[in-house]
Amino acid sequence: MGDKISIKNLNFYYGKNQALYDISMKIPEREVMAFVGPSGCGKSTFLRVFNRMNDTIPYARVEGEVKIDGKNIYKTKTDVVALRRKVGMVFQKSNPFPKSIFENVAYGIRINKMHSGKKDLADRVEKALRDAALWDEVSDRLNTSAFGLSGGQQQRLCIARALAVQPEVILMDEPASALDPIATQKIEELVVELKKKYTIVIVTHNMQQAARISDKTAFFMLGKLIEVNPTEKMFTNPDDELTEDYITGRFG
Amino acid sequence: METRIIDRKLDVLRDKLLLLGGTTEKAVYLAMRSLVERDSDLARKVIEDDKIINAMELEIDQMSVEILALQQPAAHDLRFVISVAKITPILERIADHAANIAEASLIINNEPEVMPNVELPRMAEIAGEMLQRALDAFTSEDAKVSKEVIKRDKAIDKAYNKVFDKLTKLMIDNPSVTNGAAHLLFVAKHLERIGDYVKDICEMNVYLIEAAFIKHKSKV
Ligand SMILES: Nc1ncnc2c1ncn2[C@@H]1O[C@H](COP(=O)(O)OP(=O)(O)OP(=O)(O)O)[C@@H](O)[C@H]1O
Ligand SMILES: [Mg+2]
Repeated sequence: MGDKISIKNLNFYYGKNQALYDISMKIPEREVMAFVGPSGCGKSTFLRVFNRMNDTIPYARVEGEVKIDGKNIYKTKTDVVALRRKVGMVFQKSNPFPKSIFENVAYGIRINKMHSGKKDLADRVEKALRDAALWDEVSDRLNTSAFGLSGGQQQRLCIARALAVQPEVILMDEPASALDPIATQKIEELVVELKKKYTIVIVTHNMQQAARISDKTAFFMLGKLIEVNPTEKMFTNPDDELTEDYITGRFG
Repeated sequence: METRIIDRKLDVLRDKLLLLGGTTEKAVYLAMRSLVERDSDLARKVIEDDKIINAMELEIDQMSVEILALQQPAAHDLRFVISVAKITPILERIADHAANIAEASLIINNEPEVMPNVELPRMAEIAGEMLQRALDAFTSEDAKVSKEVIKRDKAIDKAYNKVFDKLTKLMIDNPSVTNGAAHLLFVAKHLERIGDYVKDICEMNVYLIEAAFIKHKSKV
């Protein structure tokens, strides 16, 4: 399988403060890539680079090259709305809109005018909810408020919302950090299921989670990429001593 | 840097493995002594003490599982627990061979003496030295020594072939020693097997140190 995202000599600055240093790596298509590293090392910043979410910060600046499907997304011509549809995002804290379950999922389909009528809209909502493994739990209460769902269900609703606009890449920033083990397991199973169709990049502080669900793991420290390797290699015999120290809890 | 919780557990696990290793080494040594010195009381003690070794094995197994489940080790920590868990039953089997040698010794000690004619003690010496070096190399995580010990196994195999020839010849030349010689042959076979097991230990050492599985690869 080819590379979905390819990053070359990426530097990132918040004003005068550099947050990412000369990062080059490739993210293969239809695999799960996990980003791990100590708090503040730049994982979320890096993740937001892939759909230009950092653009909303006026003093942020990007240098280098980020190609998705071979196209540099930081070219001025890039259609950022289309980019964000293609590269969806799920956050640590589930953030449903104060609307019904149905409307939460329908929202992106509507604003992107992806549906051909009421029936098609309903079908797309159902498909997204099914793909997010939530349909069976909510099909009889689609018109009730999204806030009536449990934390784990809300998180899967946000995944459904991301899936509804037919993305190709899904970015997840600690999607299960606030969930209990059962809800976490559901998210993990979902991630593994979703990689059949999507390229997934997931930030997690849970090393076991990275080990369980990712194909490759990248370890960052102080804005630098220290090591990226197949997950099985990373957790049995990492190349870098810093990685070993981090995943075995030798420093904190 | 403060010590991690897992460090204390791994230290205990290492100590337990080394205790098992030392006890096993001693069992092989005493079993051979019971044979050389025709000391049946000593042979009985070796057989009896095998129970202690079995208990040690169980204890290490339990502790390894507990560390895997509760500490979820990674990288070197993980390889360490895996190595201990795989070396432990190897040591236990070596100790079984020591007990088998002691059992043979009980029989041989009631037969006319054949022993001085064969190089069994030399074989046992090589096996004992291999075992000791393998355990030292585990502690010091020395891959070079481990690989040397693996090569050393050839010396035991060679000695075994010699002993085999000598004992079969003895049986033909002097039928009155057949029973004793046959049991000495078993002893030689046990020592030869011990050499193989030490080799397996060294392969786990290399896994611990280099994260490479070298078992079933002809070249080291
Ligand atoms: N909007 C911002 N403005 C200025 N600096 C920021 C901003 N967001 C992040 N930073 C800084 O950039 C660095 C990287 O932050 P980032 O949030 O990417 O780290 P992280 O690895 O995701 O951390 P965590 O694991 O705690 O989520 C930190 O030093 C942080 O303080
Ligand atoms: Mg973050």
